[in-house]
Formats: sequence, C-alpha cells, structure tokens
Amino acid sequence: MEALPREYLGILLLLIFGVLFGVLTLFLGRFFRLSRPYREKLTAYESGNEPTEAPRMRFSVKFYLIAILFVIFDVEAIYLYPWAVSYDQLGLFGLVEMLLFIGLLLVGYVYAWKKEVLQWEK
Amino acid sequence: MDILLTLVWIVVLFVVVMLHVAYATYFERKIIGHMQVRLGPMRVGWHGLLQPIADGIKSFFKEDIIPEHADKPTFLAAPIICLVAMMTTLAVLPFAKGWVLADIDIGLLFIFAMSSLASYGVVLAGWSSNSKYSFLGGMRSMAQVISYEISMGLSLVGVMLLAGSLNLTAIVEAQGDRFLGMYLLPQCIGFFVFFISMLAETNRVPFDLPEAETELVSGYCTEYSGMRYAIFFMAEYIGMMVMASIATICFLGGWNGPFPVPFFPPLWFVLKIYLFMFLFIWIRATLPRYRYDQLMGLGWKVLIPLALANIVLTACLKAILD
Repeated sequence: MEALPREYLGILLLLIFGVLFGVLTLFLGRFFRLSRPYREKLTAYESGNEPTEAPRMRFSVKFYLIAILFVIFDVEAIYLYPWAVSYDQLGLFGLVEMLLFIGLLLVGYVYAWKKEVLQWEK
Repeated sequence: MDILLTLVWIVVLFVVVMLHVAYATYFERKIIGHMQVRLGPMRVGWHGLLQPIADGIKSFFKEDIIPEHADKPTFLAAPIICLVAMMTTLAVLPFAKGWVLADIDIGLLFIFAMSSLASYGVVLAGWSSNSKYSFLGGMRSMAQVISYEISMGLSLVGVMLLAGSLNLTAIVEAQGDRFLGMYLLPQCIGFFVFFISMLAETNRVPFDLPEAETELVSGYCTEYSGMRYAIFFMAEYIGMMVMASIATICFLGGWNGPFPVPFFPPLWFVLKIYLFMFLFIWIRATLPRYRYDQLMGLGWKVLIPLALANIVLTACLKAILD
C-alpha cells in the first residue's frame, strides 16, 4: 500500500462504494420489481409508431469536427494548468512563453472560425 | 484504523449527499411551483416533505424495461458509469478546513477528469438504447459537454494563477479569511464564463438540449425506466452539487464567511451551495431553451475567447502588480 499515496485511498474506496451502490440497488431490485415484458413494451420508443430504419443512423460530421477541436483546445488547457500553478517561479520568461503559445493557438482558432467549423449552421 | 475512519466518513458523506439530492428535487419542484403560482407537491407528508422518499421507493419497485435491440452490457453499465464518476468527485471537495476525504494536490484536475468520464455514461446510454431519440440526445450531449468543458477549464486558469495551486483547500486559503478576499471580484470575467459553462455542463436550462423534451422526448434516457432512470437523475443532481461546490470554492471563498460558526464549520459552504442551487432552479423557471447552433456559437465564439482574454489579462496584471 506504500506505493499508493494515503489520500488516494479515500478516492479508491469511494469509487468502489459507488460501484457497489449502483450494482446492488439494481441487483436487489430484481427481486422486488415486477417484470411483465411483451413485444410492444420492448420496442424502441418512436412516438407510438413502429420504428422505421436503423436508429444508429448517419449523423452530422459537425460532431466529429467539434470532437477534434476539443482535443486541441483541451490539450491547450492542460498545458496551461502547470504553467498557472508555477507562474510565480517562472517570472517574465513564463509570461512571454505563454503569450506566444496562446498566440499560436489563436491563429489556429481564427483559421477554424474562417473555415466555418465553429458555425453550426451555414 | 485509518481505513475504518475513511469508510465511516464515506458512508456519512454518501448519506448526506443522497438526502441532499433527494431534497434538491423537492425544492426544485416546490420553488418552480411557487414561481408559477402553484403549490408544488403537497400530498405526501406535511407540505409534501416526504415526496422525495416516496419517489425513491416508487422508482425502486418500478419495472425495469430493456429495449429488445439494446446493447445490453453497455445499456446496463451506462447509468452506473455516470453515478460513479459524479460520486467520486465528492472525495476531493473540502466542506470546511480539514473536512475533506482526499486532500490531493491535483484537486481541480481530478474534478475535470471525473466530470469528463460522466459524459461517457451519457454517450453510451444514448448509443446502446437503440432508439433515435436516445442516440441524438447522446450525440448532442457529448458535443455540448466537451465544448463547454474547454471554456470551463480555461475560466479556472485565472483562479489557479492567483492561488498558485490546484489543491482545493489551498485555493480557499489563498482567498484569505476576509470576506472580500474572494476571487469573485478579481476574477469576475472568469466567474461569468464559469457560471454559464456550469449550466451547460450539468445540462440545465437554458442549455438542456440533450433532453429537450419538446423535440427529443427525454434525450439519452428515453429508454431508461425505474431505478436506472433514477440513477441518471441522482448523477445529474450530484453533478449540480459538485459544480456549485467548485464555484463556491474557487470564487466565493469556500467555507469562509463574515464570522466563523463554532459547532458546524461547513455552514457557510452549505449556504453558498444552496445559493447556487437556487440560482439553477430560478434560471430554469425563468429562461427559455437555447437553439443548438446558438448554444455551440456561444460556447466556441464567445466564452472561449473571453476565457483566454481573462487568462492573459490576469497574468499581465499579476506580473505588473507584483
């Protein structure tokens, strides 16, 4: 247990507790709740109509683009965290470096904006 | 012995949070009721006070329907992923000095990581239900949560700059004992961005598009019933509470208040959380829903530039003032 810092034990225990709570309430509920399935009840809801086509349909490419942009910006945010925490030790050098970094990212941001990736509807 | 103490602390924390979640739904119904000149729940118990308990018992005994073409393991796991991710976040929140389960140095980072994991639950629920409404709800939720996660993450960099730490206790202590020391004043832009992102992250009105009932029935949880639905609901309300806590810790000075309370140190913390919960409900009763393209536009074109500007401004001002 020495490899695991003392504080993280609490998190691990809470995680296990959460999983147990979720699984146990659902499992124990099986013995109490009724279960009378029939075909109509089990079909996917579609406003009372018979479902048409496959539900896992093609979806807009916009979602994919947003996900890619998210990766870029989230990695940026992650880089900013250690910088922000140790800002006092870095001095002016750190400030200029980060301004350059944000500046570079802004170029990409403006590019994405001009390419209308951020525009959901044209 | 240590482990035993931790376990007791976990059980107490769990019970308190669950009661809080149950009564948050009660207050939501009651407050919205009164804002719409209705009474809200009145039947179960005095002024409907036992309504959340009755709801809990009801959902426990309700039939659990699994749609026939659903991807069963994923369908079963999705609500639990949501709940566990949200619950684990509670470990790092300091309710008062020393009242914290895990006082880790990467507190804020941990919270972001966990709230990102919760969105997996939502996406998997939407995908595995094999229903069009669920699928669209899941996709929308994914895009919305990741978009606003960026502005939320960036809006807190200003706080990190001022506090010089990611540890939540250290952030509260950096704001000092004085009531006016809170970061709400120097970080007003950050707070503004964080507050809007917080509404979007928890899928609350006016950003509740993943479960917009007029177009998507109930979004990603359309096919869920009984206790599974209740677990999604719990996760959502714990999420609201966690977000309110982060706002309290990072901008309102955590457990510090105008004067210390002798026997119950977290009193101010709890009151500030209630303030945010009330704001959540008040906004729900007041504002109409955004359109999806407006939502994405707001996140990407307004909040992210604002948050970046806030970082640059804070860093420059700090360099000049020091």
